[in-house]
Amino acid sequence: MGKKHVIPGFGMTLGTTVSFLCLLILIPLASILARSFQMSAQEFMALITRPNVAQAFRTSIGCSLIAALINTGFGFILAWTLVKYEFPGKALMDGMIELPLAMPTAVAGITLTKLYSDQGMFGKALGRLGIKVSYTRLGIIVAMVFVGIPFVVRSVQPVLEKLSPCYEEAAAMLGASKLYIVRRVLLPELLPALLTGFGLALSRGIGEYGSVIYISGNSAKEGTQVVSYVIMQKLNAGNVDYEGAAAIALVLLLVSFFMLLVINLLQRFTSQRTKF
Amino acid sequence: MKRKILIGISFLFFIWMLVCPLIEVLYRSLKDGLAVYLKAVTAPNTLSALRVTLIAVVFAVAVNTFFGICAAWLLTKFEFRGKHVLATLIDLPFSVSPVIAGLSYIMTFGRMGWAAPLVKWVNEALGTDIALVFSVPGVVLATIFVTFPFVSRELIPVMNMQGSGEEEAAAMLGAGGFTIFRRVTLPNIRFALLYGMILCGARAFGEFGAVYAVSRARGRTFTLPLEIDALYMAGSADSITQAFAVSSLLVLAALAMLVLKHIVLRKSPAGNKK
Repeated sequence: MGKKHVIPGFGMTLGTTVSFLCLLILIPLASILARSFQMSAQEFMALITRPNVAQAFRTSIGCSLIAALINTGFGFILAWTLVKYEFPGKALMDGMIELPLAMPTAVAGITLTKLYSDQGMFGKALGRLGIKVSYTRLGIIVAMVFVGIPFVVRSVQPVLEKLSPCYEEAAAMLGASKLYIVRRVLLPELLPALLTGFGLALSRGIGEYGSVIYISGNSAKEGTQVVSYVIMQKLNAGNVDYEGAAAIALVLLLVSFFMLLVINLLQRFTSQRTKF
Repeated sequence: MKRKILIGISFLFFIWMLVCPLIEVLYRSLKDGLAVYLKAVTAPNTLSALRVTLIAVVFAVAVNTFFGICAAWLLTKFEFRGKHVLATLIDLPFSVSPVIAGLSYIMTFGRMGWAAPLVKWVNEALGTDIALVFSVPGVVLATIFVTFPFVSRELIPVMNMQGSGEEEAAAMLGAGGFTIFRRVTLPNIRFALLYGMILCGARAFGEFGAVYAVSRARGRTFTLPLEIDALYMAGSADSITQAFAVSSLLVLAALAMLVLKHIVLRKSPAGNKK
């Protein structure tokens, strides 16, 4: 280091930041790691490959992937509409996009459950078509779409705002078809932002608890338990199993870090391609 | 034509996913009349939960605002090794399931946790009886964990964009660190700061998974979302209506936050930043 900083406060802010980070986040998370290392490798593997645990991982990962994909599609359309068009109700729509972030997850959970149950507004109509949403994996996806939509819209919107229409116009003047413009002009510019939104929605979905547990029904037989629920079950008085909870939590952490890493790499790749 | 279709899809999705749930909460909370509603929101358990929720929100916003300012100052005014790692670690709570946040505190400070003897020792030394899990302090800690990056995340891009020229000039003229912050930096970042605090508060109000893991005593350490869960899980038609009545309080708080956010963004010079 050596060099003296012109602006004061380096020591104080470094000290505060690092100690808060360690005390509140890193040391507690490391405790989970330490606890799961107390198990032998066989115990660990036996626990996380148990049918209900493996099924919970399949459900969490599968549903959050589908939900993140749905969100990327609709999020793109919403961001596009909000940036490119003027229409009545636009300000309201723009302001309400963040409702799922502000609305408590438990409230979202019980509300969606009632909306999609046999007696609910949507559930009744869908029931006539033979589609059951509450207490199925479809319900889990609906809840994850609800909590994830703001991430995609808010990632894409600023990029779309900055993107000058002159490129589209130039491409159109040069005779490019609409599809070609979207594919070769817009998509490369927007892909990094879309990936960010997808990644945020995905990691929110994988660990989601409050909004999912009511609508999912949490049945091991029907494969509607999510990983967070399985962890929480192991903390419930009566059959406390801290080792098991720690082991599953560790795997969940690794899964979400791995997905973030993949998305980061993809993002780096796509943004490099479009740089001049 | 394309315009109409896209606006149409947006509106359908908007109404289906956002407006309908909102109406559903309000409708269900008032289904059995105003008297039932008022009784539910003034029940002793609800009031106790409201108290704990407010404590958690105030502490979470205060701690994370202080931390967020320090972290943003550090990451935008100085160059040092390990900066990117630090920035990534600060955002870590975003990608950690809230249930894991609660679990990590149990593993650390709980009866079986490795820091339990430490907590006991401090309590004996001070003659206090503070528990860091299954208690109000535990609820506060869990809430701080999940809202940790909210303020710093809003401040860092704004402070990066502003650069440090003004602060350097002030330092050259002999101003101290706190004066520089208060007189030079703060006026530039006040809207971003306020915005971050609103987001932090909104999340703190509604946190469920993390708090659920470290709070067991209804009427003492329950927050409003936990009280809603208890009422809903009781399962009778009455208690479900009560759950929605309590929910409506949180929904109104959420809407107030959104309006506040809108006002802050409107007033900020970078008006359509978000």
